[in-house]
Amino acid sequence: MATVRDIEIRDSATQAAQAAEELQDTVGEKMVLNMGPSHPATHGVLRIVLELDGEIITKADPDVGYLHRGDEKIAENMTYTQFIPYTDRLDYLAPLANNVAYALAVEKLLGIEKDLPLRCQYIRVMCAELARISAHLLGLGAFAMDLGAVTVFLLTFTEREKIYNLAEAICGARFTTSYTRIGGVMRDLPPTWLDQCRQFCDEFIPALEEVETLLTRNRIWVDRVRGLAVISKDDAIDYGLSGPNLRGSGIEWDLRKNQPYLCYPDLAFDIPVGSVGDCYDRYLVRMEEMRQSVRILEQCIRKIPGGADNKTKEPVSVADGKIVLPPKQNVMTKMEELIHQFILVTQGMNCPPGEIYFGHENPKGELGFYINSKGGGTPYRMKIRSPSFVNLSIIPKIFPGCLISDTVAILGSLDFVMGECDR
Amino acid sequence: MPALELAQKIKAKFGDLISEPADFRGEVTLKIADAEKIVEVCRYAKNDLDFNYLVDISSVDNYGDDPRWTVVYHLRGLRHGGELRLKTDVSEEKSELPTVTTVWQTANWHEREIYDMMGIRFHGHPDLRRILMWEGYPYFPLRKDFPLAGKPSDLPGVAFTKLAPLEGGPFVTVPGGEDAIHREPRVRNPEQ
Repeated sequence: MATVRDIEIRDSATQAAQAAEELQDTVGEKMVLNMGPSHPATHGVLRIVLELDGEIITKADPDVGYLHRGDEKIAENMTYTQFIPYTDRLDYLAPLANNVAYALAVEKLLGIEKDLPLRCQYIRVMCAELARISAHLLGLGAFAMDLGAVTVFLLTFTEREKIYNLAEAICGARFTTSYTRIGGVMRDLPPTWLDQCRQFCDEFIPALEEVETLLTRNRIWVDRVRGLAVISKDDAIDYGLSGPNLRGSGIEWDLRKNQPYLCYPDLAFDIPVGSVGDCYDRYLVRMEEMRQSVRILEQCIRKIPGGADNKTKEPVSVADGKIVLPPKQNVMTKMEELIHQFILVTQGMNCPPGEIYFGHENPKGELGFYINSKGGGTPYRMKIRSPSFVNLSIIPKIFPGCLISDTVAILGSLDFVMGECDR
Repeated sequence: MPALELAQKIKAKFGDLISEPADFRGEVTLKIADAEKIVEVCRYAKNDLDFNYLVDISSVDNYGDDPRWTVVYHLRGLRHGGELRLKTDVSEEKSELPTVTTVWQTANWHEREIYDMMGIRFHGHPDLRRILMWEGYPYFPLRKDFPLAGKPSDLPGVAFTKLAPLEGGPFVTVPGGEDAIHREPRVRNPEQ
């Protein structure tokens, strides 16, 4: 995808100044328009207070927090394992990726991330990549639908449905998966799952090609998104953007490559980056990331230890009974396992005192957990660094100078989730 | 490990202001003795040591201890890939420290969130308003002395005036209870 394009970059600040100058004589006072919190283009409950001069935005003030549930407070009052279902509800378009991120953070605190069985690592990588495809498909579908291309939405949702089926097959839930456990995963893959996943990969690429033919060279689409809301490299770093929004601005930073975790070092994949940093680049980056995710999935299907039916009985959790619940059979027959089970359920695993931060490359960007532990089964303080929250903070910088109708395109290209932003 | 070397450089530059680097799970933490100096240290880290990316700012309430607040900065250099954690303590009487929005723009919303959740103020911040809770909310919910069930505020307890379809049923939340525990159907007295 290394195409180089020469376009005239619209610097939003000078554009706003120019527009203000041109209209100074003719226009009276500015108008304040409330966009959201329930507006189809705000993808949830984002509210933006727009100050308008005619149709041109002169000031934008995002107002977040309508979905605030106090997840960080809740986390301080329960064991580490009990918090897993809450992570489903952070980025609710990619619950599997959140589960993986959270489990890895607690495992880093425990110091067991190197002990994870290889099969578990591969399963988690597949979960994270399926979640990435699923989240990008929704982001793309909603982005295109907001700009009038409803067909894309239907195509992407057909593919998302298959990912939900895969999620249902591994954990019984389509949406609120809670699949990972601290030190492993809830249960092993069902024997037919790898075949289903392979079939999905085979069907997905042609579907993505179809979406691509509908959008990438579509004149209406390109005119709406190209050159819009350009984020320079320096701004992207200064505002702490992450994920496809950071890479769309041309910065090659991906936690899967730069701070590798799980079995990502064993897998071959590329990091797409944009060249201009406009909405079109962010769209192209997401398209290519989905292809790379399929590439990762195909390698995982080939290389996963134990294969489809796990005849060799590869473990999917660490063997430590003080971290992972022992097998039920042993709990019923052995004293030690009974004690472990009892302590794990009532008090949680005994984490060492200390503080860690773990950042995971989620579909939306870097989902980080800062855990401050004073020992014992509950965190003393857990801060969730959510990518959508940080990505949205650039709105006051990029909105001025754009038209009202551009807001839907920009919001679509930023691809945020309010459940994660407001926590 | 490049992070440790970079931490030693900060230590060498600022001397007694900075604690010895602590290493836990491969992460390096430096403690800054005077919260007022945080901007200087951050600016040095950004300009001279290339920590160009501020990942996150968090806050910890050490309830019962003095000083009460700890503010935690998580720095990263995208070019060298090193990471560093800076910590500084703020006393409850003061509850204020300088903003680092002048160093990284992204600190803006992180600091607003800390003000909103913990009530620590940042002087010099361009727009220190609440961000997740609404303007005029009287409490700081992430403080350890704030109960998990919440406290009554001037928001109306009853959202709807008409009877809900299942009101009074076994699993229906009771409207208008003073906090989340009183609204919870499972604690309802069966005789009621």
